Amino acid sequence: MKKHFLGSLKLMMVASLMAALPAWAGTLDDVRTAGYVKCGVNPNNPGFSALDSKGERIGFDIDFCRALAAAVNVDAKFVPLTSKERLPALQSGEIDFLSRTTTWTMSRDTRMGLDFAATVLYDGQGFMVRKDLGIKSAKELDGASVCLATGTTTELNVADYFRKNNMTFKPVVFEKQEDVRKAYDAGRCDCHTTDISGLAAQRTLMTKPEEHLILPEVISKEPLAPLTRHGDDQWNDIARWVINATIAAEENNITQANVETVAKTTTNPGIKRMLGITGTLWQDMGLDKDAPIRIIKAVGNYGEIFERSLGKNTPLRMERGLNQLWSKGGVLYTPPFR
Amino acid sequence: MTDSASMPAPEKIPFWRNPTIRAYGFQAVMLVGLVLLALVIYRNTLANLTLRGINTGFAFLSNEAGFGIGETSAIPMINPGFFYFLFSTLGVALGLFLLFRYLIQAEGNGKNRFMLAAGGVLFIGSLGCFYTSISLVETYTYTHAATYVTALVTGLINTLKVAVLGCVLSTILGLFIALARLSPNWLLKKLAHAYIEINRNIPVLMHLFFWYFIVFQRLPGVRQSASLFDTVFFNNRGVYLPRPVFQENFALFFVAIFLSLVIVLFLWLHGRKRQGLTGKKTPLMVPCLGVMIGLPALVYLFTGTPFHFDYPVLKGFNFKGGMTLTPEFMALVTGLTVYVSAFNAEIIRSGIESVSKGQTEAGRALSMSEGRIMRKVVLPQALRVIIPPMTSEYLAIAKNSSLAVAIGYPDLVSIGGTILNQTGQSIEVIGIWMTVYLIISLLISIGMNWYNAKIRLIQR
Repeated sequence: MKKHFLGSLKLMMVASLMAALPAWAGTLDDVRTAGYVKCGVNPNNPGFSALDSKGERIGFDIDFCRALAAAVNVDAKFVPLTSKERLPALQSGEIDFLSRTTTWTMSRDTRMGLDFAATVLYDGQGFMVRKDLGIKSAKELDGASVCLATGTTTELNVADYFRKNNMTFKPVVFEKQEDVRKAYDAGRCDCHTTDISGLAAQRTLMTKPEEHLILPEVISKEPLAPLTRHGDDQWNDIARWVINATIAAEENNITQANVETVAKTTTNPGIKRMLGITGTLWQDMGLDKDAPIRIIKAVGNYGEIFERSLGKNTPLRMERGLNQLWSKGGVLYTPPFR
Repeated sequence: MTDSASMPAPEKIPFWRNPTIRAYGFQAVMLVGLVLLALVIYRNTLANLTLRGINTGFAFLSNEAGFGIGETSAIPMINPGFFYFLFSTLGVALGLFLLFRYLIQAEGNGKNRFMLAAGGVLFIGSLGCFYTSISLVETYTYTHAATYVTALVTGLINTLKVAVLGCVLSTILGLFIALARLSPNWLLKKLAHAYIEINRNIPVLMHLFFWYFIVFQRLPGVRQSASLFDTVFFNNRGVYLPRPVFQENFALFFVAIFLSLVIVLFLWLHGRKRQGLTGKKTPLMVPCLGVMIGLPALVYLFTGTPFHFDYPVLKGFNFKGGMTLTPEFMALVTGLTVYVSAFNAEIIRSGIESVSKGQTEAGRALSMSEGRIMRKVVLPQALRVIIPPMTSEYLAIAKNSSLAVAIGYPDLVSIGGTILNQTGQSIEVIGIWMTVYLIISLLISIGMNWYNAKIRLIQR
């Protein structure tokens, strides 16, 4: 009896000591062994991550996860997370890749054991109000009550903005974006604040979307980027170059539809390197040479991803703006595939 | 009975077969094992955190918070003035205790005039200290520029506000429901039964959603507010009430009210004792009312108005001035109260039914009124059965108040969650949550156990 107890105690200690030495370096191997990549996504944020009529997850954030999965040639599994849960979920190894409208900030990059891959959307925080308030500028919001979600940079930006402009506000903070919307829609708050893309998404879900106005002020820089765990450089490289590949594809007019033809017919040495036809760029990273073609076949180039989920023909009706190629007046600029 | 002479001398058993030593041995091994396990977990956590490049420690708590909180309250500053206030309050309480103990004690039986004098001096003296100390207490309120600690304390105060109010209201409501459930009136009995069954069988989170999204969010908008005499306004942003603004002389007024309450209590106890001794009832209504109104009125005459009211006025987007009960707060208190009152009602009913029928009949035989039997005979005995399960209900309220985050009330968990996310210090923040809730729960348990022990002593 006693021996049994001591034996099991020893076993427990050994087990926990072993657990103390995890190998975070090998996310790629883990993903290959499991046969799927686990992506942390938003439960319901139209345009970014939402269920379609068939129950499939679609959206801008989803596409980058699918692109990553296609690059590794595995399936994608989605784990819906609130803003509050998302960072600990990645830190603890619950997910492999966080693609959930997360703002790239210095402290998140340096002190939380996380690494950002590359900015996928240059966004900024804005305010949405009811049209019948007759407000034209965020500077008129003194004394307003503001509905917002917890666990975001939003909370800090809005406090900074009001402080800077000597105005006061009453925050009403919810855990879920859905509850923020419901409360704002019911009239609990004068204004709703989050990233402008998010406001556009939330507006489509209001009872009467046409009654709401997004104010012109952009009060912050919100570069939204997917993340991986700190310390796994290979996995972070893969995530970054998967995103870069979608941008490079748009630069070279390679689309979901023509990628196979281009791969067969192109004579451009740059495109050949990028698509893995010549050179070992993709093998060097631990993938195989067909990875880039699979990525484009799965989700298309950046422009296609944007237009499909956020663009003019979607309920969000967002302009490309900063998220246009550098050659067309935006800031999308991928380092060379060389 | 045993004939020790005929028994062979007991064989000296080795110490490891001695049951007492063995028992202690097992306990010690278990304890060492637990400590080792805790140590392993602690080292494991630290190693993992370092491995993943996550900063640890509580140093972040003194950083600037930088986010807004919707409901803030004044937090007393820990300075000499605060301790002066604290000690004078304790002095007043101790003085009162001595005075009343003297009053309650039976005649003769070691009745100590000295204690009376000591109590009196202590009471009067500390009351004076209390009066001067009120103005020395400084408070501060959370702003964006305050630290994370201030934010957490604000959250804790918000949690305690809900927990205390929830406990009191759910007990009162529960008592009424229990009495209705036991009433001979068929309709009332059935209604109370339905109330209990409906409310205790719906999960508490659903209660909160119901009260928040369906009841309080359906009140009219700000511009269409319903009002009472243009001083109290109801809308979907909350209830706006006039707020008393205290003038400089309010401390004296406050002391006068307190003093009048003490005198009323004194008169009441005295009356009760006299009734116990002589059987004669002392008329209390007139002198009590006289003291209650007279003393504050006297202070009022001498010093002028102690406070005036700040009325809420619709300005810009919202009502400005006055004080606000936010829909989040009201939904949380109402939801928790209604939910727990159903359980409390059943506990109280079981307590009342546990008192044998003979007690009630004996009361009736003495021609006591039904209400009097309930108050004087049944409830005091029922408390014995009621208190222990009631403790768990109070604990449930304190803990369930953490569901506040679902309806946007800035309690400890909501604010801690924000901090957790801004700083990434999940383990530290979760540690703080657990410690604080553990302390709150232990305090409730200690208080209720003390009360339980006290009524037991009187009972038997």
